[in-house]
Order: sequence, then C-alpha cells, then structure tokens
Amino acid sequence: MSVIETQGFKLDNSGKRIVVDPITRIEGHLRIEVNVDDKNVIRNAVSTGTMWRGLEVILKGRDPRDAWAFVERICGVCTGTHALASVRSVEDALGIRIPKNANLVRNLMHSTLYAHDHLVHFYHLHALDWVDVVSALKADPKRTSELQQGISRWGNSSPGYYREVQGRLKRFVESGQLGIFAKGYWGSAAYKLPPEANLMATAHYLEALDFQKEIVKIQTIFGGKNPHPNWLVGGVPCSINVDGTGAVGAINMFYLNMVSNIIDRTIEFIDQVYVPDLLAIASFYKDWAQWGGGLASQNVMAYGEFPDIANDYSNKSMLLPSGVIIGGNLKEVQDVDLKTADQVQEWVTHSWYKQGDETKGLHPFDGVTEPNFDIGKAKGTRTNIENFDESSKYSWIKSPRWKGHPVEVGPLARYIVAYARGNEEVKAQVDMVLKTLDVPITALFSTLGRTAARGLEASWAAHKMRYFYDQLIANLKAGDLNTANVEKWEPSSWPAEAKGVAPSEAPRGALAHWVKIKDKRIDSYQCVVPTTWNAGPRDAKGQIGAYEASLLNTPMVNPEQPLEILRTIHSFDPCLACATHVMSPEGQELVSVKLR
Amino acid sequence: MFETYYDLMRRQGISRRSFVKFCSLTAASLGLGEAGAQQIATAMQTKPRTPVIWLHGLECTCCSESFIRSSHPLAKDVVLSMISLDYSDTLMAAAGHQAEEALEETIAKYKGNYILAVEGNPPLADDGIYCIPGGRPFVEKLRHAAKDAKAIISWGSCASWGCVQAAKPNPTQATPVHKVITDKPIIKVPGCPPIAEVMTGIVTFILTFDRLPDMDAQGRPKMFYSQRVHDKCYRRPHFDAGQFVENFDDAGARQGFCLYKMGCKGPTTYNACSATRWNEGLSFPIKAGHGCIGCSEDDFWDKGGFYNHLTSVQIPGLGGAEGTADRIGLTAAVGAGAAIAAHAAVTAIKQARSKTANDQVSTVEK
Repeated sequence: MSVIETQGFKLDNSGKRIVVDPITRIEGHLRIEVNVDDKNVIRNAVSTGTMWRGLEVILKGRDPRDAWAFVERICGVCTGTHALASVRSVEDALGIRIPKNANLVRNLMHSTLYAHDHLVHFYHLHALDWVDVVSALKADPKRTSELQQGISRWGNSSPGYYREVQGRLKRFVESGQLGIFAKGYWGSAAYKLPPEANLMATAHYLEALDFQKEIVKIQTIFGGKNPHPNWLVGGVPCSINVDGTGAVGAINMFYLNMVSNIIDRTIEFIDQVYVPDLLAIASFYKDWAQWGGGLASQNVMAYGEFPDIANDYSNKSMLLPSGVIIGGNLKEVQDVDLKTADQVQEWVTHSWYKQGDETKGLHPFDGVTEPNFDIGKAKGTRTNIENFDESSKYSWIKSPRWKGHPVEVGPLARYIVAYARGNEEVKAQVDMVLKTLDVPITALFSTLGRTAARGLEASWAAHKMRYFYDQLIANLKAGDLNTANVEKWEPSSWPAEAKGVAPSEAPRGALAHWVKIKDKRIDSYQCVVPTTWNAGPRDAKGQIGAYEASLLNTPMVNPEQPLEILRTIHSFDPCLACATHVMSPEGQELVSVKLR
Repeated sequence: MFETYYDLMRRQGISRRSFVKFCSLTAASLGLGEAGAQQIATAMQTKPRTPVIWLHGLECTCCSESFIRSSHPLAKDVVLSMISLDYSDTLMAAAGHQAEEALEETIAKYKGNYILAVEGNPPLADDGIYCIPGGRPFVEKLRHAAKDAKAIISWGSCASWGCVQAAKPNPTQATPVHKVITDKPIIKVPGCPPIAEVMTGIVTFILTFDRLPDMDAQGRPKMFYSQRVHDKCYRRPHFDAGQFVENFDDAGARQGFCLYKMGCKGPTTYNACSATRWNEGLSFPIKAGHGCIGCSEDDFWDKGGFYNHLTSVQIPGLGGAEGTADRIGLTAAVGAGAAIAAHAAVTAIKQARSKTANDQVSTVEK
C-alpha cells in the first residue's frame, strides 16, 4: 500500500478495492479497478484493456490497397474511421492525390459517422448513467409534455405521446423480464432527474434508436453498406453520374436528394432532441462539472479533421484544427508532427508486451511489440484474476505519449484545441453552453464537459454534412465528376520502399496509422488510436493516462453500484477493440507467452 | 406473469387490425405468405419473450451495430417486445458484478430455454489470455453460457468462421464458436457484419416457428445464404454482356458495369446482399461501385487480394457456374470462381465476335 504523487495527482491504493469488469455499454472489453477511502472517494484508479487481436501482425505482407478493409474491422462502432486513416496513410506513402469529390464524399461519410456515433453514444451507451428508466413510470405525461415543449420544438411532445411511451414501459417492467434494464441501478440516490425528465429521456432513447439507422444511410449510399462501408485508395469507389448514359447505375440525383433529406433530418434530430436533452439533463448534474476532468485541464491533443482542401491535412485546411496543449496553457497551442521520432511514442512498461529497453518509448515507425502476458504481483492466477497490480504489467493497451506527456484526446480535446486556436464556430457553441448552464469555463474540464463537447460536436458535424453536400453539388455543377485517381493504382507504379502516415480524428479522438511498404507489400503497420491514448496504463515514469486521472477524487454514493465510474469512463466513449493492437515491424515471429 | 408480444401491442393502443398487418408484413419480408402470417400471429399471441444472452469475444461490435439498424422489425421492438435481451455487453444498463448476476440468473432460471447469441470468438492460444473479460478467459464464459442454451446463434463472420483476427497468422488462435461448442445446435449468420434485417429475420423466424431455419451443410440458413451475390446481382446482365469496369471511376464504372474484373467476389459469395440489400434495402457494396469482398465466406481475408479477380484456377468441372451452396460446399469456392471466369470469357468472346471488338477479348484475362 502506498501513496504516489504524479502530475499533481495523489494516488493512494490503501483503501477498499472495487472492481468493475465488464464495463458495459462500450466497444470491446475494459476493466476498471479503483480504491476508495473511508468516505467512498476514489483515491486510485487502474484501467485495464482485457483483449488483444493482433491485427497489425496480420497486415504484414498484404497489399496496401487492401489494408483499409482489415483495419476497418478494428472497430464496428466508429466504423469507417480506421479505413479512412488507412487510405490516407497509404496515399501519403505513395504520393497519391485524391480528387476534390473524393475528399468531399469522405468528409460527408465521416461527418455522418460523427453525428451517428455521438448520438448513439449519448442515448444508448451513456444515458442510462444519468437517466433512471424506472423512475419514468412515476412521471406525469402532461408535465413531461410541458417540459419537452419548453426546451425544444420537437414534434413528438404531446401528453398522449408520453402516456403511450410510459404505458409501453410499464408493461415492459410488469412483464418481469427486464432484459437490458435488468440489474440496473434504478432508484439510486446518484440519479438526480425528476420523473418527467426521465420519461422524456427514455422516450428519446427509443426515438434515437429508431432514427440512428437513418443517418447511416449516407454511408450506405456512398459506401454500399453500414456498418463497414467501402473505401478506396486514391479516392472513393462510388462513381458519380448525374445525367449521362447509365446514370441510374451510379450516384445520381435520386441518391443525392436522399442524402440531402437525411442531412436535414439529422440536423433536426440533433438540434431539437439531442442538444436540448443534453442541456436539460446537465442542468440537474452540475456537480459533475467538478469531477472527472483528469488530464483535460492539463494536456490535450488533436490531430485535426475534415480537410476543406483535398490532400491538405494542415491547419490551413482542417475545419477542426490540430494542436497540443500542455500544462493547461491555452495561450500556447503546439503543433503535432506525426513523422518526427520524438513526438508520438509508445511505452510498454505496464503493458503485456516486451521490448528491449522498457524505460524508453518507441515511435510507431520503429515500434517493436511482442506479447508478454505477465500478471506480476496481481492477486489470483493468470486465468482467474481477482485484482491487478498497477506496479506490474496490467493491460493489453500500450501507453502512448506526446513528447513524453500523457494527453487526453476526443471531442473535448478537439474543442479545447479549437477554442484555444480561436475557432469561431466552436467558441460560439461553447460560450452558449457555459451561459445556458451558468458555469465557468473551467467546467469544461470535467465529465460533464466531455459529454457536452460531444453533443456540441454532433451538432457541428451535422451542419458540416450540409456544408460538404453543398460543396459537392457545386463541384458537380462545375463539371467535375471525378471520384478516383487511379494513376498509381497498379503496384508497378510504386517505389521499392515507401512509408506514410496521415492524421485523422475518430469520433473518440486522435487517430493515425503508420504504414511502411516494401516490394509492393505492407512491411509494417501501426495504429495509435484514441482509446490507447485515453485508456492506456502508466508509463515508465509512473505517469497516469486520461482514464485513470479522470476517476480520481470522485465521491461515490454507493461503491457497490459503480454509477460514478461508469459516468466518467463512458464520457470518453471507450473503444477497446481499437485500443489493443500490436505489430512486429522487423518481421520477427511472435513469441509464445511465458508463464510467470 | 409473462406477457406476450400481442398483449404489449394491444396495451400500447395498437389495434387488432394493425397487429394483423404487422404479421403479414413480417411474413412477407420472410417470404412466407399468408399461412406464415397466421403462424406469426399465433406465436405473438401466445409466447413469452424468449431470453437471449448475447456474448462478445474478440470482435469489433459491428454485429451489434448492424442489429440496431434493423428497420423491420425495428431493433426497439425486438429488444422490448420480442426477445428478452438479458445480457448484452453493448446495451445493458448494469455493469461489473451486477451484469454478471444478470447472466447467471438467466442461465439458472431459463435452463435449456434461452438462446445464446455470440458476437466475436474466443482466442485459444496461451490458455485464452488474449480475451479476459471478468478476469477469466472468454472461452470459459462461452462454454459456461453454452452449456444450458437451447441453441446458439453465431453472429457474423467472427463467430461463424474466425474473421479478421483469425486471418493468417492468427496470432491469438481466434477460433469460431462451432469448433469450441460441439454439442448444441448452432446457426451461423456470417457476414462482416451480417445484414441487419437478416439478423432480425432469423430471430423472428426462430420465435415464430419455434425451430431453427433450414440450414445448408455449413450451418447457414438457406433463406438468406443459399445463393450467391452474383446470382441476384442487378449488374449481372453486364457480366453476361461482357461489359466490365476496367478501372475505378472509368466510363464503365459510371454506367454501373460489372465489377468482376475489379476483384468482385460476388460469384463465390453466398449472401443476401444483392437481394435483400443493406440498410432497409437501400444499396449494397456493388451498387456503390466496389466489388464484393466476400465478407460472409470462410477465410475471405486469405483468398488473395480484394482487387484480384478469380482467374488463375483450373476449371475442375465441379458444380459449374450454377452450382448451389450445398453442391459447391466447403472447398469449391475457388472452383466456382474459375467457372465464372470461363463463363465471363465465353460471353466476352461472343460479344467480340459479334462486334469485332478485339479489346474486349484481350481484357478478359489480362
């Protein structure tokens, strides 16, 4: 038992140890252990990724044009994100420039993902941390209707509508088969919403479930299916043919009109349901503006996303800018360079991998990874673990650092960077929320701030869908129909060796893939993904990552019911299949895992 | 007391007439006709909701995401009114030991009567330590939940075949469900992911008919997997006419020509994409200009690049281009590819003869 000080945090693991495994309502498998003091305040936190798939090993020797399909399967929730990062990296390596239309269609597909993913996260992965579904049974439908009409002009707002939803919920609960709501924390004192707000939010949980399937149809139109639409090195696979011979076989007015209609409905749903709900719910949970901040007030990073100019990933082009803030200095936003060896590096000191000198980090172009499942001083056996030991190795996730600093990534990080860079759109949104909730700017650095930033970004993205669509139509009108550049499609046109990396921002945060190509094949492939940045374990210096930092000093109402842990961890929108990965760039065989 | 789906609908104020219409539509979407509608109506009026335990191994959650895209029936209605989704990492409110309690209670209470749905697969290398939810190898959780299950649904290509993490060299020894659980009926619903309405269609079928659907030799439901994407592809006439896309975004691509020469695996892929289509019947990969990558086929990651077309194989005289899933079976997918290539060549040659366009012949096997 010990007290460790790092980054201004005090870690004390002497109190009662609580294990939450599985963390549900996330992608993949995550375990959180915390120690609480005698007042049930969290004093130590341990984040463990409990899965590893080895995709980068699998990519070695493959055709780089195929890589997008493999890495797309890293994650089906942020579907397409990894495919986008992949085609950009391969294009960077091979010097391929994509047509303007391809950039616009990619931006449209990616902003569609932002809108969809954030919406589903808020209602289906996060809401039950704040909304007591059972309490909704006690609501007065008439007053719920008044509440709804007071916060937005959304149509489904009559007392009759809420009575119907409540009736369905009542029958569901009375059936005795509670399904996904079984064993929830209903009735906990940690829930603060009045029954009417709970009923409104429950109704919107169901409406959002119905509506989310509409948003993704934009990906289906351009990519053929969702989840996991198709992408292409050199552009996009869908051809556009507005009025020529065979236009019925391509993207034509029929589909463009459908896209436009979905964009309108997406903006409507997010601005009339999601954002008003977010603000209404937040107003009952203002105390969460003081908890859950973790690294947010210190170190945040964004790679930038949505290039306004095709093939230009600099801040001149990126509609959400890149940058790093260290030590909470909002006045100095530093530039990110993914190719410089001393910026992005990964450590494995506390991860189940081994490398030569574990006190050093390695740049993704030079990374070495061999699995090394060694539970060290953990309690239990390697196939039946009771408690992990944070002084040993304890996660399948590595610890990436920027110039040695742990940083938080994600919508909040993007918004802080954009705010600090003076982005007017983001500034206006953030200032509106701070004013509505009557909280200071420091409220951003919290669980509430993280959840609010995601909602604002969903709205931003929905409106940008319209912007990209209008740009696409303007470009088609100007006579440019090109969607793919196939000049360097044939491997015979490639150099003997090449390497590339390009920035992107997954809905969950900064994402990049580093690819090396040799003799027309992938020689090494490395992804450093948002949840690796946020959920990773401690590094060689004992510095903690964003998840662990965010849980510290949060009081729990009842440590047996981990609502507070879920609130803060869910505010990051964890994606564990993304976070756990490995590669072996020099081609060495993976060693078998040794028992300790 | 259990409540039936019909009770729920009625109490929500849904009329008897709407209910009957719903049954007809569901029957129609399953291709079952009026008798089927009757059966569905009876089932909905008499049965409690079937408990479903939905586990996740090594996977990417694309199957769960696809499932919630279902339009008919809506995912909302499946979860609230058709099944009782008692355990789902992705959607359930409870976490940690409360979640595990929900799992144990369902297993105990509905012994032999719940359906186990599996998304992803267990990695078996090194005692299974590459997936340890709850601090224990996932394969143990899978075996535990499978023991008292009535039947198992293997969602997607991970559970059905192994999928991406099982691609060479399969570093974690990711293993499909049927190779670990051998004493239960297993229905494979492959695809990366499977089509949403195929997923809910199969659930609805099982609830309605109280049995697993007819399956092929590999355990795939025939109603969705007995024909190739190529068989029902709307671009098939272009294939037959020898009109192929030669490059992405070329003149042929803009007219919706056949993508066979861009590597399309439609001729060897058994799935409903070209018939049922994706996201409420809106589109499917070929329609959006990219070849089928064959994501519902076993081992599709290791069958050559996605942009290489299937030509270099000798024609084995097996099944021919029109063989069925059962006849072609496990090993002959490449054979079908060769037959298709031959068919493409023949149609192209016919074309060339009639049009004297030599370039069409030369492009077939380039």
